Amino acid sequence: MAERFQRDELVVLLGTPNAESSRLYALTVKEGDPSWAGALAGTQLGLDVYHITEPEVKAAIPSAIYEEHVALMTMVLDVDDIVTAVRGVRNGQS
Amino acid sequence: MNMQGKKVIALGERDGIQGTALAECAKSAGADVVLEMTHCFV
Repeated sequence: MAERFQRDELVVLLGTPNAESSRLYALTVKEGDPSWAGALAGTQLGLDVYHITEPEVKAAIPSAIYEEHVALMTMVLDVDDIVTAVRGVRNGQS
Repeated sequence: MNMQGKKVIALGERDGIQGTALAECAKSAGADVVLEMTHCFV
């Protein structure tokens, strides 16, 4: 998929439930599988990656749609930790 | 963040936000969803 499109037109949007899985997914699509267990081991796709709960993502989505599909889950997820983890990977602070 | 015209890969998880919900959000923001999936690790 990443080879079919330009790197700068692709965005990976995550719906992972905690900081650790968010960091793992984000690292995998940016720098390659950190566990070296899967097909993307050593493959640096360099894709932009965001979590659906990040404020800048939320701001881009019509509020009624966000409320219907995401808002309920944000009450039970540790959003601050997830956002910190994904931003850290995106900004190369992993 | 501007998702208008972006190609989105929506990676959901059953215990978090599902891929279908991510895709609906991305489409409503003007993105083109090129891959949507929901993982389950149970």
